[in-house]
Amino acid sequence: MSLAITSAISLNPSKRVLPGFALSLGISLLFISLILLLPITGLLLQTAGMSWNEYWSVISDPRVVASYKVTLWAAAWASAFNGVVGLLLAWVLVRYEFPGKRIVDALMDLPFALPTAVAGITLSALFAENGWYGSILAEAGIKVAFTPLGIIVAMSFTSLPFVVRTVQPVLEDLAVEDEEAAISMGGSDLTVFRRVIFPSLWPALLTGIALSFTRSLGEFGAVIFIAGNMPYVSEITSLMIFIRLQEFDYAAASAIASVVLLASLILLFLINIWQAFYLRRIHGR
Amino acid sequence: MRTSAHLRIGDQPWVKWSLITLALSLVTLLLLVPLFAIFAQAFSGGLESYIANVTDRFTLHAIGLTLFVAALTVPINLVFGVFLAWLVTRFEFPGRKLLITLIDIPFAVSPVVAGLLYLLLYGSNGWIGSRLMDHDIQLMFSWPGILMVTVFVTCPFVARELIPLMQQQGKEEEEAGVTLGASGWQLFRRITLPNIQWALIYGVVLTNARAVGEFGAVSVVSGNIRGETNTLPLHVELLYQDYNVVGAFASSSLLAGIALLTLFVKSFVEWRQARQRHALNEEEI
Repeated sequence: MSLAITSAISLNPSKRVLPGFALSLGISLLFISLILLLPITGLLLQTAGMSWNEYWSVISDPRVVASYKVTLWAAAWASAFNGVVGLLLAWVLVRYEFPGKRIVDALMDLPFALPTAVAGITLSALFAENGWYGSILAEAGIKVAFTPLGIIVAMSFTSLPFVVRTVQPVLEDLAVEDEEAAISMGGSDLTVFRRVIFPSLWPALLTGIALSFTRSLGEFGAVIFIAGNMPYVSEITSLMIFIRLQEFDYAAASAIASVVLLASLILLFLINIWQAFYLRRIHGR
Repeated sequence: MRTSAHLRIGDQPWVKWSLITLALSLVTLLLLVPLFAIFAQAFSGGLESYIANVTDRFTLHAIGLTLFVAALTVPINLVFGVFLAWLVTRFEFPGRKLLITLIDIPFAVSPVVAGLLYLLLYGSNGWIGSRLMDHDIQLMFSWPGILMVTVFVTCPFVARELIPLMQQQGKEEEEAGVTLGASGWQLFRRITLPNIQWALIYGVVLTNARAVGEFGAVSVVSGNIRGETNTLPLHVELLYQDYNVVGAFASSSLLAGIALLTLFVKSFVEWRQARQRHALNEEEI
């Protein structure tokens, strides 16, 4: 009897056997509407109250435009840096055994676990002119703290785990046969990496870099302590929103925020579509 | 000669050890030294000054508020996360994929924008806030506002940990339970919970870590009233701007301690999950 029922279930997957559909749907939709969608609608309503000219003059203000450029450039450099470093760290963690490996692996998530304000004041202290790193770099004539370079440092730190954690599982699951075949056919290490390993690795690497970039665009806590926040030079867009809020100019803050929100939502959807696409390619589904 | 199982690139000793050395140097410079610097700075005035800083009246209040907000945030997002994961992994319905994408929004949105969203809606000029003001209810610039934005920024963590795991485990076990006449609660307690308990613990730990450390969003809605609406990360900022660097790092060291605990729990959970998988594989053999 029960066998007949279970086979009927597996033959008819569209039938809902498990309880709790209405309850979990209700709770999830209520929560998402209240916590996520309602506040976003609030922002849209606020910006809808502005005329197009007002809106445009706020979001194209030269100081704000300078902050877009600083944010985009710094996030691009930070995620590129993380692409290279993250690939190296993932490779070493997956491929090699060495003492302390488990500690290093655990430590990799520190930037996600550490509050951003703590990261900010720590990096700022390290890279200040009298700090441990800053004093050495100063001799080479490099200033990091209170320059755009400091923004890149803070963004790299807070988003470092993304590339490591997306590349790591793919490296672990890599089919060894292709690699062995390529080696036995006499390919050099670099050739094998470039022709055999990298082609299956790069979709995950790109995902990690994109996640790192998205996170960097929105990073606030870590950046403001080290950036110096000079108008036109080292002000990030999140800070521009914050400054407009402190001036009680809610309309301007909302207008700039709507630009940031739109950009991050587009990035989020692109990353999700991209992930679904390449996962399907890998698993052949 | 290398055995076929070890025919891999990058295994020559000089390649291997130079990559490991490079990776470990980067980990030291990027992660270990900053972590060490937090505690070095915190204790730079000696143990007595550390204790004095940590037991300062305003610091104690900030610790209390931070723990209070985290203690409310975690259960809210735990319940929501479990229901959402149950919904999207146990049922097929139109809009399922969209729901999974929506839940990622808080990860993509800048914390400052998150704070602004709530300020616009629930602030005294806001659509809901102004109506609440008529009844003398003020949410922003007091702890309910801090709680609301904290729930927003941390709501994906539990769901994000559970969804891939529950997807992978499938629903056969629960369906068998239904045919045996188990109620919804029995299904969850006896079948689902034992399968997901470690991922659930990790989700909770991540939620807690972020709830305790959130800076940008809280900073927008808190009003930074010392001894009233100052959370621990905001207190760090306040002390740092007052040039009380040792005090700022003393508070930071508490947050860093929570971060280290988070990393420890994560390693432990992963170890348990690996053992569970291992045991399952043995059973199948």
